[in-house]
Amino acid sequence: MSQEILLMKGNEAIAHAAIRYGVDGYFGYPITPQSEIIETLMDAAPWKTTGMVVLQAESEIASINMVYGGASCGKYVMTSSSSPGMSLMQEGISYLAGSELPCLLVNVQRGGPGLGTIQPSQADYFQTVKGGGHGDYRLITLAPNSVQEMADFVALGFELAFKYRNPAMILTDGVIGQMMEKVRLPEYRRRRTEQEIRQQCPWATLGKTPDREPNIITSLELDPEIEEQNNIRFQNKYREVEKNEVRYEEIMCDDADYIFVAFGSASRICQRAIDLAREEGYKVGMIRPITLWPYPYDIINRYADKVKGFLTVEMNAGQMVEDVRLGVNGKTKVEYYGRMGGIVPGPDEVLVALKEKIINA
Amino acid sequence: MDANNIISPENLVYAKPLLMNEVPMHYCPGCSHGVVHKLIAEVIQEMGLQDKSIGIAPVGCAVMAYKYLDIDWQEAAHGRAPALATAVKRLCPDKLVFTYQGDGDLAAIGTGETIQAANRGENIAIIFINNGIYGMTGGQMAPTTLNQMKTSTSPEGRDVHTSGNPLKILDLLALLDGVCLATRQSVHTAAAVKRAKRMIRLAFENSMNNKGTSIVEIVSTCNSGWKMTPTEANDWMVENMFPVYPLGDLKNI
Repeated sequence: MSQEILLMKGNEAIAHAAIRYGVDGYFGYPITPQSEIIETLMDAAPWKTTGMVVLQAESEIASINMVYGGASCGKYVMTSSSSPGMSLMQEGISYLAGSELPCLLVNVQRGGPGLGTIQPSQADYFQTVKGGGHGDYRLITLAPNSVQEMADFVALGFELAFKYRNPAMILTDGVIGQMMEKVRLPEYRRRRTEQEIRQQCPWATLGKTPDREPNIITSLELDPEIEEQNNIRFQNKYREVEKNEVRYEEIMCDDADYIFVAFGSASRICQRAIDLAREEGYKVGMIRPITLWPYPYDIINRYADKVKGFLTVEMNAGQMVEDVRLGVNGKTKVEYYGRMGGIVPGPDEVLVALKEKIINA
Repeated sequence: MDANNIISPENLVYAKPLLMNEVPMHYCPGCSHGVVHKLIAEVIQEMGLQDKSIGIAPVGCAVMAYKYLDIDWQEAAHGRAPALATAVKRLCPDKLVFTYQGDGDLAAIGTGETIQAANRGENIAIIFINNGIYGMTGGQMAPTTLNQMKTSTSPEGRDVHTSGNPLKILDLLALLDGVCLATRQSVHTAAAVKRAKRMIRLAFENSMNNKGTSIVEIVSTCNSGWKMTPTEANDWMVENMFPVYPLGDLKNI
């Protein structure tokens, strides 16, 4: 990692991290609150330095299908959007998962439904982790809560995507995308040569050579016996991801009587609410899921034996709370507090909710 | 002279292209797809580009084109082949990148991707099979279906007042500055097959020479969908399709 400490927006950090990671292609369509990603890339003009392709597509549908084409060649390719645009991409994401193609997707969420608002939200949780497109597939989902993690998760996302041949998503929101913080960017890495990609990705469509059969990237299989086997293979892969890749952060949980569960910007708000609660003598901690899929059910289940209750704080109508309840499995109280439509809750109201719904309920 | 004297290499005048795989084709007897597949295989073989070719298959009758040609393929979502091809060619500029699309794929659901890729002048070749009908799904109306033509979703014949006119998308594409070749061909006679092959080769050369977007439309028969014998379908195409979709180069620069 670079020693230089910079001040920038989360969206800008993603763009710079992508160039430095050696990403081969970015394909995107402008939408608030994430347009800084493509603007930063266009300004940096990496095609002159690393050779990275940056293309403004005609739509999110074209963007995600460009990602499909590039990923089929074994390239490091990515796109970014915000909620309405991500909805348009869902068909393509299903195809990417069905064709087992690695790529990085970024959703800087805004409030919905519909055109909604340009203000921050976390209302695409279900869409992302429960499958917004058709068919039984899963998206590896990373939830950064700082500008530093926006930069770091570019590399982590690509590593996991290529390890499992599956799309990976950075699920963030307008707060993390737009806020400025200190960040140390990763060091520059050279882009892989075609020869290196052919070795690392023997499945990539880079032209059939005499030493192998043609590579065919498709999600089509008309024979249901074979398609079921394909699905079993996908599910086995997903179980491996669930076994190996769960990531979370425990904050002040050791002595906690009450635990917040929150991801992304909501976790930053809860961090402050913990301080306020502890000033009043309440022992409060937090579990912050970093991977939303695979979800950290086990750690929640372990604390469910020890604490008096969980409060899930989300900027939506209560989506992740369903997974927290699965983790707790009825052992103790689980409640939700959140705001919707682009409203970011304050730490004071979160603490009030903790008292009303858990501590004094 | 017995047969063994005749079967000798110097007497060979025709052979199946090396890049055509030994698998049964799913296309109906009389369909134009088989001929066009063969031409693509011949051209790639003659240009020596097997190890540089990446084909993009559509959704439609040619969805399994990847089974028949011995090259690398990607199978696109319906209509999105030009978006895939855009990324492949931008990321791998030394490759031959072509899409193979039907009229529903290219001129209905994929109109946006087709026009935008062509307008950017992506250095790709687009092979466009226009048979005026949805073959794979069982003979529904296509954007290119002729006026008064009967299909399963226009059982009384296409009514241009409710369904619009046959979409001459090649004429539209020829207007775009990014397009270097827009040509309309057919494969119903030996002479037509030769001309179509020349144009496919030119389109592939344009892709390799980064000249812009090339579109080769093949006005084709769908005798199953049209409910005709193969020879009736050829005659019907000449009488009815060619007046609306006249053959020749709309643009060749």
